[in-house]
Amino acid sequence: MSPEPTLPQILHWVVLLPLASATLLLLWRSVPRVLVTALGVGSVAGAALLTVLIGWHWLQTPEPVTQVLWTWMQLESFTPRIALQLDGLSLTMMGVITGVGGLIHSYASGYMRDDPGYRQFFAYMNLFVAMMLLLVLADNLLLLYLGWEGVGLCSYLLIGFWNQDPANGRAARKAFITTRVGDTAMAVGLFLLFRELQTLDIGAILAAAPQAWADGGTMPTLIALLILGGAVGKSAQLPLQAWLPDAMAGPTPVSALIHAATMVTAGVYLVARLHGVYLAAPVALEVVGWVGALSLLLAGGAALAQTDIKRVLAYSTMSQIGYMFLALGAGAWHAAIFHLMTHAFFKALLFLASGSVILACHHEQDIFRMGGLRRKLPLAFWSFVVGGAALAALPVVTAGFWSKEAILGAAWSGGYASWWTMGTLTAFLTGLYTFRLVFIVFFGGQKMQAHDADNWRMRVPLGALILLSVGGGLIALPLSGVLPADPAAPETHWPEIVAVLAGLGGIALAWHWYGRGATGLPAESALRALAKSGWGFDALYDALFVRPLYALARVNRLDIVDRFYGAVAHGFMQLHKLALRPQTGRLRWYAAAMAAGAVVLLGAAQWT
Amino acid sequence: MSALFYTASAVAIAATLLAITRAHPVHALLYLIVSLLAVAATMLALGAPFAAMLEVLVYAGAIMVLFVFVVMLLNLGPGVDAEERRWLRPRFWIGPGALAALLFVQLVVMLSGSTAPLAVHEVGPRAVGMLLFGSYLLAVELGSMLLLAGLVSAYHLGRREAPRSMST
Amino acid sequence: MSVPLGHALGVCAALFALGLAGLLVRRGLLFSLMCLEIMLNAAGLAFVVAGSRWVQPDGQVMFVLVLTLAAAEVAVGLALLLQIHLRFKTLDTDAVSGMKA
Repeated sequence: MSPEPTLPQILHWVVLLPLASATLLLLWRSVPRVLVTALGVGSVAGAALLTVLIGWHWLQTPEPVTQVLWTWMQLESFTPRIALQLDGLSLTMMGVITGVGGLIHSYASGYMRDDPGYRQFFAYMNLFVAMMLLLVLADNLLLLYLGWEGVGLCSYLLIGFWNQDPANGRAARKAFITTRVGDTAMAVGLFLLFRELQTLDIGAILAAAPQAWADGGTMPTLIALLILGGAVGKSAQLPLQAWLPDAMAGPTPVSALIHAATMVTAGVYLVARLHGVYLAAPVALEVVGWVGALSLLLAGGAALAQTDIKRVLAYSTMSQIGYMFLALGAGAWHAAIFHLMTHAFFKALLFLASGSVILACHHEQDIFRMGGLRRKLPLAFWSFVVGGAALAALPVVTAGFWSKEAILGAAWSGGYASWWTMGTLTAFLTGLYTFRLVFIVFFGGQKMQAHDADNWRMRVPLGALILLSVGGGLIALPLSGVLPADPAAPETHWPEIVAVLAGLGGIALAWHWYGRGATGLPAESALRALAKSGWGFDALYDALFVRPLYALARVNRLDIVDRFYGAVAHGFMQLHKLALRPQTGRLRWYAAAMAAGAVVLLGAAQWT
Repeated sequence: MSALFYTASAVAIAATLLAITRAHPVHALLYLIVSLLAVAATMLALGAPFAAMLEVLVYAGAIMVLFVFVVMLLNLGPGVDAEERRWLRPRFWIGPGALAALLFVQLVVMLSGSTAPLAVHEVGPRAVGMLLFGSYLLAVELGSMLLLAGLVSAYHLGRREAPRSMST
Repeated sequence: MSVPLGHALGVCAALFALGLAGLLVRRGLLFSLMCLEIMLNAAGLAFVVAGSRWVQPDGQVMFVLVLTLAAAEVAVGLALLLQIHLRFKTLDTDAVSGMKA
């Protein structure tokens, strides 16, 4: 019986496996396709297996463990380390990332099997998984920021993966630039945080925050708000949410992994991790809740007007992350992370199923061109039903029910009546738009040719995610040592019943409108158009930021600054031409110059 | 002696002035020869007969003859005359004349303070020869090498057909 | 009754200035060389004058060397003049201004 390796010795392999695979796939250009699949899927599956082992071992003695790899830099009192921290929260996140990520990678090996960029795809996906794991395992904020930026980069690379189409590049740039705005706010927040607490070590921050800022004040609020800016950008909440629908330009596995299950939840993780800072700044915490509440309502409304199957799911993601932010704002930390996990299950399921639908319909994505597909694509149909039910929080039998109820219950018992109202209203909208999607795509008359294009590598993850969407609510997360306790559940049950009825009401209305499938195209109206565009934020930002910048560029058309330097160069050129004039090439001129020089010298010698 | 000196100097200056203002090359050369002879007379008046003799033999007798030979070779005759006249308008003399005059004035101002007498004694060829082949022997040898170099260069450069290294 | 040094050197200066003026004005190459000879001659005369002032033969020795120099220079200069005439078909110094910037 060989001695079991201790946790500090194998923790870094979870990050290293996908990272090594990514490096190898990037550098070895002629790697055979079979090996790409083996490495790409196998590295994440291996990381998942390691996570299970680590989790099993750790749960026996659930104490936070830190593995220090080396010291990153040493600048007087600032010595960040490359160190990985294992506690309940990071273990949960690891499980989600590697588990759901592994399933998505397996699906992707089938979905992308005909794509010429197969190798690069898996290289970027593995790099993303490595960066995301680094983000959640980081024990100091600098290392977290490294992972933060890394996932942003991979998101850009993967959104614009099919780079032949310039629209994809635009979507990728939009995503990157919008999140960059948030990242910059976060960086400023980190600077201020370091200035206040002289450390970026997460444990040290959480220990020092209550004493340093016992009476609230502007500094913790400012820091919390700036870090919230970063979280809002990454998680596509108001006001930095406009990039997520356009990010659907990337391949469907990318949308599933990055823009549903993992990267967009990084903001939730960040706020939860820094709960100490937010508890010291109650104003900021309330802002977090409001951001979530407004985002979930607006996104829910927008999802109702979408016609692209992936855009419905994108707005749905925005809405559900709004729920997580709402939970954080209400102090329901456990509920937020719980919903993060269940959302990863059913949203990934929905996205992968939509990928199967898209593949079957030969890359068609407009739902009004589809219809009656439930006979041709049974697995996709049932995936949508189960995933949609979880999304709409069908009582008891779905994981989504338990997490959403926890959130709304905490909002009610925390006294946030307006948030509860918005959340319940959106539960109605969620049921409505989700089953509108299901009915239009899978019911009614078939409008186009479709044939099932899935292979076993795509079917198994779908099945696994179906099971997780149903039973995931029973998973008890080991968060008690990490996050403060949630508010107690409300004593009466009727808020819960109202929320359930709202969800069921939405499903019923969808059945009423679309039960026979789509009957013609929806009527055009100004409200519908506004909702479809995401409530006009793109136009707003265009008018506020883009046009003034273009106007400034037009004003500076002549490039004033460059002209100045050009003038300097021009001046010297003129001086040069002036200096050239005496060189005439004529003998007498040179002789005269010498004579004049002699006269001057003699004169100088005489009078000095 | 001083009378010879002043007379010869006047002739020299006048002849030089005429030499530099003639259009015809041969006329200019002839006036220059006159000037050189006058300078030789000046040297004689200063008690340097050897220098005077060399002036006549070498300067006027060899160097100026070389000039005349070149004029003959190039057949510089009437055509040159007209061209030179065109280039000798009075207004061309103003600038250079002023410059040269300025230089002359400066030199005179610098040199006017000297009042030491000259030509106290004559310094004969014997004394010059003793010094030339005594202390200045090295200079003489170097001078002969210089003349050799001049000889070779003149021979090479004076060829009719163009040497391959030069290009038009 | 002897000549003051200043006068003799003044004669040299006058000859030199005349040669300089000629060099600056005359455009024909032959005349330029001629004016160079005038200036060299004036310098040589100055040496002789100096030797006469100190009643030493050194002045005349220097004059001999100056003469040697002038001879060599004229030989080479005239050879060059012949070449220029061969190539440019003119003796205009302004025509051979290939060193113009």
